[in-house]
Amino acid sequence: MHPALQGLITIILGVGGCLGYFYLANQILDKVIFPPRLDDAGRNINRANMVRPWLFLFPAIFALGLYLAYPVFETLRLSLTDRLQDGAFVGLANYQQMFGEDKFWEAMRNNMLWLIVVPAVSTAFGLLVAQLTDRIAWGNIAKSLIFMPMAISFVGASVIFKLIYDARPVGREQIGVLNAVWLQFEGGVGSFLFLRLLPAIILLGFALVVAYTVWLVLRPILTGRRRSGWWLSALQTALSALGIYLAILAVINTVQVFRIEHVYGQPQTWLTLPFWNNFFLMVVLIWIQTGFAMVILSAALRGIPEETVEAAILDGANPFQVFFRIKVPQIMGTIVVVWTTITLTVLKVFDIVFAMTNGQWQTQVLANYMFDKLFRANDWGTGSAAAIIIMLLVTPILVWNIVNARREMR
Amino acid sequence: MENIVGGKSALVWAVHLSVGLLVVLWLFPTVGLFVSSFRTADQISSSGWWSSLGEVQQNLVLRAADPDEFRVERDGRYVVEGTLFEEGVAAKITVWGTSSRRIDEFKPGDVADLKKGETITVDAVGNYLWSGPEERMKGRGQRVFVTAQTPPDFTLANYDNMLFEEDNLEGMSNAFFSTLTVTIPATIIPIAIAAFAAYALAWMEFPGRSLLIAAVVGLLVVPLQLALIPLLKLHLGIGIGKGYLGVWLAHTGFGLPLAIYLLRNYMASLPRDIIENARVDGATDFQIFTRIILPLSYPALASFAIFQFLWTWNDLLVAKVFLIDATGETTVMTNHIVELLGTRGGNWEILATAAFVSIAVPLLVFFLMQRYLVRGLLAGSVK
Repeated sequence: MHPALQGLITIILGVGGCLGYFYLANQILDKVIFPPRLDDAGRNINRANMVRPWLFLFPAIFALGLYLAYPVFETLRLSLTDRLQDGAFVGLANYQQMFGEDKFWEAMRNNMLWLIVVPAVSTAFGLLVAQLTDRIAWGNIAKSLIFMPMAISFVGASVIFKLIYDARPVGREQIGVLNAVWLQFEGGVGSFLFLRLLPAIILLGFALVVAYTVWLVLRPILTGRRRSGWWLSALQTALSALGIYLAILAVINTVQVFRIEHVYGQPQTWLTLPFWNNFFLMVVLIWIQTGFAMVILSAALRGIPEETVEAAILDGANPFQVFFRIKVPQIMGTIVVVWTTITLTVLKVFDIVFAMTNGQWQTQVLANYMFDKLFRANDWGTGSAAAIIIMLLVTPILVWNIVNARREMR
Repeated sequence: MENIVGGKSALVWAVHLSVGLLVVLWLFPTVGLFVSSFRTADQISSSGWWSSLGEVQQNLVLRAADPDEFRVERDGRYVVEGTLFEEGVAAKITVWGTSSRRIDEFKPGDVADLKKGETITVDAVGNYLWSGPEERMKGRGQRVFVTAQTPPDFTLANYDNMLFEEDNLEGMSNAFFSTLTVTIPATIIPIAIAAFAAYALAWMEFPGRSLLIAAVVGLLVVPLQLALIPLLKLHLGIGIGKGYLGVWLAHTGFGLPLAIYLLRNYMASLPRDIIENARVDGATDFQIFTRIILPLSYPALASFAIFQFLWTWNDLLVAKVFLIDATGETTVMTNHIVELLGTRGGNWEILATAAFVSIAVPLLVFFLMQRYLVRGLLAGSVK
C-alpha cells in the first residue's frame, strides 16, 4: 500500500476511532449499563457520571502509560540486565562498565559545559533582545526575525553552521565566514582588540557578574539574617561555591587570553579543535533557543506594572537601574522558567552533535553517547544506563515543576 | 523606551543600532545557506556567498570568432566582428589586453595594434572589431584577456536537480513525501485523544484529578531517550516493527503530555457560566464537549497543532529509531540530510538545497501562524 494512502487511512481510523469510541462508550454507559429508568433514575445518573471521566481519560492514560511511564521503569530494568546473557540480572555491572569508559566521562563533562553555557547565554541574549525591542517601532519585526530559528530543525541548523565553519586549504578562497574573518587577523592592532582585549573583557565581565550574584546570595547568610530553611541555605551555599569556582576560572582564563599564541594566516577546521569545538556546537543551540527565551521574557516584561517603572524614574533611576533593580527582580520567576526549559532541551541535545561531529574530536554528549551504545554497539544495557543518567539529571526539574504546578492549582 | 530615557536620544540610537546588529547577526547564517542554494557548484567553491550579492570581478580568457569562417572583406581589409561573451551575459569590461603578461593593457574602446597592420578593439560590453590584411586573418580567433564585472548570477538548477530530477538518487522528493506522511497523522491523532482527556481534567469532578494533572506535568519533561529501547522492543514484539505505524504511535505518545497540558489550561480558563447553563439546559457532557468546548478551544488546538507539526517535521531521533530500517527504503528529510552530510560533505550546492527544501515548510508555517506559536509557548512553559 502506498504510504500516503496508509497515512490517510490512519488519520481516518485514528480520529474516527477516537470519536466513535467516545460516542459509543457514552451511549453504552447511558443507555445500557446505567439507564436512567424510573425506579432508580437518580442513582444511575450519578453512577454514570462517576464513570464518565474515566471513559474520557482512558485512551490518553493508556497511551501515556504505555509510551512514557512504562518505558521509564522498563529502561531502569534493562539497565540492570545484560542482553547477551538473555536478559539476566547483572546488578550494577552496566553502570560500572559505563563509569569505566573515558567516552562517558567526556560526555558528562561536555554536557555540564553545555548546561552552564547554553541556558545562561540564551537567557541573557533573550532578555537583552526582549528589553531592547520593547519600545521601538520595528520591535515586532526584529523579534520575529530573531525568533525564526525556532522553526528550523536542529539538522537544518547544523548544515547552516557547517557552512559557516567550512575550511578550505591555504591559498584558496575561504567560503566559510568564520575562516574568512579569521584570515583578516594578522597580529596587528585589530587582532589585539578582537582576539585579546574583547575576550578578556567578556571573561572579566562574566566573573564580575557571577561574583556580584554570589555576594547578593551569600550576604544574608553571612550576616546571619537568613529567614529561609537550612536546606535552602545549603543549596545557596553550594551554588555560590560553584559560582566562585566559575569566577576564578574566568579570571585565570583572562590571563591565558593574553598569553596564548595565535596561528595567524592559517585557515582553521573549527570543529576539530579540542575543547573549543564544543562552543562552536553550542552556538547552534544558542542561536535557536534565544528566540524562545526572548518571546517568553518579552511577554513577562510587558506584564510588569507600569507604575513601578514610573515611580523609579521619578526617583531619578537611570535606565540601567530601572532594568536591573526594577524589571529583572519582577520577572525573576519567568527567567527561572526559561532557564529550566532550556536546560531540559540541552540535556536531550542529540541532533546537533550527531549531524556535525557525531561525538568525534571530544564533542560527545550523553544523548549521542546513548544512541551510539544502543544502535551502533547494540549494547542495550549500557545504553539504558546512560538513559537513566539523563533521567536522573532531569528529575530535579521534574519534581520542581510538579511542586509548582500543584501550588498553582490550589 | 521614551519615558525611561527622556531626552537622551543617543541611547535611543544605541538601542536601534544594537537591535539592528543582533537581527543581522541572527539572520546572517540562514541567508548564507539560502543564497548558496541558488549558486552553482563552481560559484560556491570559488568565492564566499557574501561576495555573490554584489558584482563579481572576473578575469577571463576569451576568443574572437574563427576568421576562416566569419571574416568579411571591407575596404581591402578583412574584418571579423562579434561579441566576446555568450548571449545573455551582462558583464562589463573594465580593462583588457591581448597578452597574458599584460592583461590590463587597454581600456574599453582602445585600439590594440597587433603588428603588421592587424588591429583589434573591444568595447565595454564585449563587442569587438578585429581587422587586418588577408594573410594575418586566418587560423584561430584572436585571444583577448578581459577583466570584467559580472552582475550577481543565480540559478534554480539546484532545486530542479534535488526535487524534480527522477534519476537523482540523492533527490529530496521521496524524503519530502515520507516526512509529510509521518507528520500529518502524528499531528492530528494526539489532538483527538488529548482533547477529551483535557476536558475531563478541566471540567469534570472526580477523585484523583489533581494527581493526574501532576502526572501529566511530570511526563512533560521525561526525556524521550528513555522510551526508545522499551518501545522498540514492544513494537518488534507485537509485530508493528519499524515503519510508519510505529512512528505515528510514538509521536502520538510523546506529544500527548504537551497536548493535554495546553488544552486543559485553555479549557479551564473558559467561562464557567457557559458550561453550567448548558448543563442546566440538559446537555450531556459529550454534547457540551463537542458543541461548546471544542469550538471555543480552537486557538489552543491551533497552538498545539503547530508545535507538534514543527516537532515531528524537524525530528530526527524518533524517525531513526522507529521508522528507518536497515533496507533504507523509507527515510525522512532530516535523516537524508545527515546522510548527505556524510557522503557529500563538500558539495554545498547539494547540502544547501537539501536543507532549504526541508526548512521551507516550517518557515512558511512559522511566518503564517506565528501568533499561535507564541501563544502556545507562553501557555506551555510550566510556570
